[in-house]
Amino acid sequence: MFFSDAETISVITNDGRNIVGVLRGFDQATNIILDESHERVYSTKEGVQQLVLGLYIIRGDNISVVGELDEELDANLDLSKLRAHPLKPVIH
Amino acid sequence: MLFFSYFKELVGKEVTVELKNDLAIRGILRSVDQYLNIKLENIRVVDQDKYPHMLSVRNCFIRGSVVRYVQLPPDGVDIDILHDATRREARGP
Repeated sequence: MFFSDAETISVITNDGRNIVGVLRGFDQATNIILDESHERVYSTKEGVQQLVLGLYIIRGDNISVVGELDEELDANLDLSKLRAHPLKPVIH
Repeated sequence: MLFFSYFKELVGKEVTVELKNDLAIRGILRSVDQYLNIKLENIRVVDQDKYPHMLSVRNCFIRGSVVRYVQLPPDGVDIDILHDATRREARGP
């Protein structure tokens, strides 16, 4: 369906959160198992905050986007300098 | 079934997907499935300064349930064929 296991992915959830981790599994309902995960909290006042989460199951209902994280591009990012409004929640 | 087949024809074309959280992502349509989940390649978020959340992402999977619009290339659409097909579909089995 999507990326292979052991890929580092960036998930955007319906409530506007951004969670990054290693894909360990998924199913047809797009439920996801994410290992070594952390949430990236964006703010307009300070740089990106990273909250360590660990091993997570994210229910497919709550997932908007699953992105393949390019390690090279990510290494070039200075998260402490990024300022952004948090993503809006999904409205059906 | 109709739109699934229709999107399959558009694989390889550049589209812009607008999501229900107002995020808009432009990219090459790589694949689509029965739920109209979409896979895009070489993406670029439309207002990248406002939405830097996907700067390190090149390819992504978008859940069909969260799509508001799919903006198509005008020359990628044969509007008469589409019009015809939807008319037939609406007529019922």
